[in-house]
Amino acid sequence: MNNKINIKKSLTSTGIVLKLGFVKYRIRSKLPDLVESLSVLYDDYNLSNYSENSGFIDFHVDIKEVGVFGSLFSNQAQFFLDNFAPFSSLPRQHAPAMIEWGMNWCVSSQINTHLIVHAAVVEKNGLAAILPAPPGSGKSTLTASLIQEGWRLLSDELTLISLDTQQVSPFPRPVSLKNESIDVIKNRYPNVIFGPISSDTTKGNVCHIKPPLLSVKNQDDVCPVGWVIFPQYQAGATTEFVKFNKARALMDVAENSFNYSRLGVSGFNVLKDIINKANCYKFRYSQLDEAIKIFSELERPS
Amino acid sequence: MSFSMPLVIKVFSGQITISSLSNIEWDLLIRQAKKAMLLAKLYYLVEQQKLLDDIPSSVLRHLKSAQVHSEKQLNDLLWEIRHLQIVAKNLGHSLILLKGAAYAIAELNTAKGRVFSDIDILVSFDDIANTESQLMLNGWVSCNLDTYDQHYYRKWMHEIPAMRHMIRGSVVDLHHNILPRTVKACPNADLLLNQSIRLLDHEGIKSLSPVDRIIHSATHLFYDGELEHGCRDIVDLFSLINEYLQQGETIANLIERANELGLQKPVFYALRYVSQTLKFSVSEEDIEKFDNNIPSGLMLSMMDFLFIRALMPDHISCNDFWTGLARWLLYIRSHWLRMPIYQLIPHLFRKSYKRITSKEKY
Repeated sequence: MNNKINIKKSLTSTGIVLKLGFVKYRIRSKLPDLVESLSVLYDDYNLSNYSENSGFIDFHVDIKEVGVFGSLFSNQAQFFLDNFAPFSSLPRQHAPAMIEWGMNWCVSSQINTHLIVHAAVVEKNGLAAILPAPPGSGKSTLTASLIQEGWRLLSDELTLISLDTQQVSPFPRPVSLKNESIDVIKNRYPNVIFGPISSDTTKGNVCHIKPPLLSVKNQDDVCPVGWVIFPQYQAGATTEFVKFNKARALMDVAENSFNYSRLGVSGFNVLKDIINKANCYKFRYSQLDEAIKIFSELERPS
Repeated sequence: MSFSMPLVIKVFSGQITISSLSNIEWDLLIRQAKKAMLLAKLYYLVEQQKLLDDIPSSVLRHLKSAQVHSEKQLNDLLWEIRHLQIVAKNLGHSLILLKGAAYAIAELNTAKGRVFSDIDILVSFDDIANTESQLMLNGWVSCNLDTYDQHYYRKWMHEIPAMRHMIRGSVVDLHHNILPRTVKACPNADLLLNQSIRLLDHEGIKSLSPVDRIIHSATHLFYDGELEHGCRDIVDLFSLINEYLQQGETIANLIERANELGLQKPVFYALRYVSQTLKFSVSEEDIEKFDNNIPSGLMLSMMDFLFIRALMPDHISCNDFWTGLARWLLYIRSHWLRMPIYQLIPHLFRKSYKRITSKEKY
C-alpha cells in the first residue's frame, strides 16, 4: 500500500498501522505535511490500513489541527495519544517532527519492560554500540554517517534494553538531523533521502532522513551490547578516544535514561551487567572520517 | 435509556473472562484500564488467575509496565511514610493515614497495583497547627500562597492547603475531618479518631478502622465533584468491602457504623453502585437497616442515571450521549452539597473573577 495516495486515504480514514520494532502504532491525521513525510520516510516499512484485523495496537495516535474555531482557520497541530494531548500544540508545519517526538514519548513514558536510554544505538557483526549523549554532542550526525558505512540502525533516539534478556530491541526510526548537520549529511551522502524540513522549531531546523532498508527489514533482530561510547563533537578538536571509568559510565547512562528510577533495583542490575561486559569509551571528534575509522576498528569485548 | 457497561467493568466483575478476550478486545481493555488508572490492577487480576503466560506478549508488556510503575510508587510512598514517622515522633502523637497510604501500610490487597497520588493525613483539629509546623520543619511547604485560598481552606474546609516537599516533591494533605465543615453531613471527627488503629511495625502511624476506611472512601467519592477517578474508586470500594467481609464482618455492621456517623447516603450509594457495576450483592434486609436519609423513588432513579455514567472511565468508548451532562450535573451537585448557597455564590464569584483576570490557573 506504500504509495502516497493509499497512505493519504488510510491516514484520513481509519488510520495506518506502523510497526516499529515491537511497538505497533495506529496513526490518523488529515494534515497533508504528514502524508508527505510518512510516505517518504517510512517507504520501506510494512504499512497497512487499520481494520478490525490489525490486532492489538500499542498506541493510537492522532495528529489534529486545532485552533480557536476547531480546525477552521487553524495553523496549529496537536499530538494526541488515545484522545489525550500530552503536549501543547505546535505550528502546523512542525507536524512531521512532532509525530516523531510524540511516538518516542509514547514509548519512553509508558514502557517499563525495558531500560530506556536517551541514546543512539547501532549494530555491526552482532554487537550493539550505544551512544548516549546530551543534545548538541553530535550524536545524530555520527549515527547518520555510521549507518551509511555498514552499521545497522537500531535507534537514533531511544535505546531499549530488555530487563529479561539484557539485549537491545531495535526501534529503527528516521534519524533526526538539526541545523548544520542537515547540510553536512546532504553533502557527504548525496543518495540519502530527506523528509520535509520543519523549520524554526524549539530545536531549530529539524529534518529526518530515511533509515537504510536493512535496518528496517531486520527490525525484529535483537542483539547484545558490545560498546558504550560517549561521543562529543567539538569543532577543530583532535580526535580523542579513551577508555572510560565504568562506575562513571554507569552513572552517566542512568542520567540519560528515561525510566531508570522507575525500574528500581532491576534497572540498576541490568545496567550494571551491561556496563561490566561492554567496553566503555569517551570519544571526542571533529572529523567524521576519523570517527568512522575508529568505529570500524572497535575492539570486541572479551 | 439503558447503559451498557464498558469492557473494563465487565472484566473486573468477572462477567467476561480473561481467557476469552480477543486481540481487539485486549486493545480496548488496555486503553480503558489505562485511562481509569486500573492497568496495574489488571496485571494482578491476570496474575491471580495464573494467566500471565497465556495472554499475548504485546498485551503483557503494557500490564507489566504498569505493574513496575505501581511498585515504584508504592516504594516511594513507603519511603515518605518513614519520613512522616519522624514527624510523628517529634510531635509526640500519631498521624492517621487515610486512603491509599493507609491501604499500603495496612498491607491490604486493595493497595496492590493501585495508583497513589497525595498522602492524606488526619489529626485532630487542635493538632493541626503543630502538625503543620512540624511538617514544615521536615521540608514540606504550602503549595498555595494565595491569601484568599489560604483563608478559604482554613475557615471552611476539612483540610489545609496541600503541602509539597521541597526536595522530594511528595505532596501531603493535612486533614482534621473527612468532609468540609460547611457540609451538613460533616461527621464528628472524634468518632473517627477514637476508633483509629495502630499498625504493626509502623510506630507513630495509624489508620482508620477497616469499617471507617470504607466509609471514608465512599464519602470521598460521593461528595466529590471530580469523578474522573470514579472508576478506580469504585474498584477500591469493591475490594475494601470484600476484605472487610473476609475478616468476618458484615454489611449490617457497616450500615450501623454509617448510621452512627450520619453518613448513610454515601455508604448507601457505595453499596448500590458497587453492586450494579461489579456484581456484588447486598440484601434488601440489610438496606432496610439504614435508619433514614437514603434516597428513593424518582430521586434515586435520577441518581442511578447520573452516577452509573459518571463513574465509568473517562474514555471515549465508555461515554454515551448523556455522560457529559451527567458529569456536569454531579459537579454542580458536589458544590451544592459542600456549601450553603449564601457562601457558594460569593465563593464562585471570587474564583471566576480571578480566573478571568488570570491571576489563577485552574
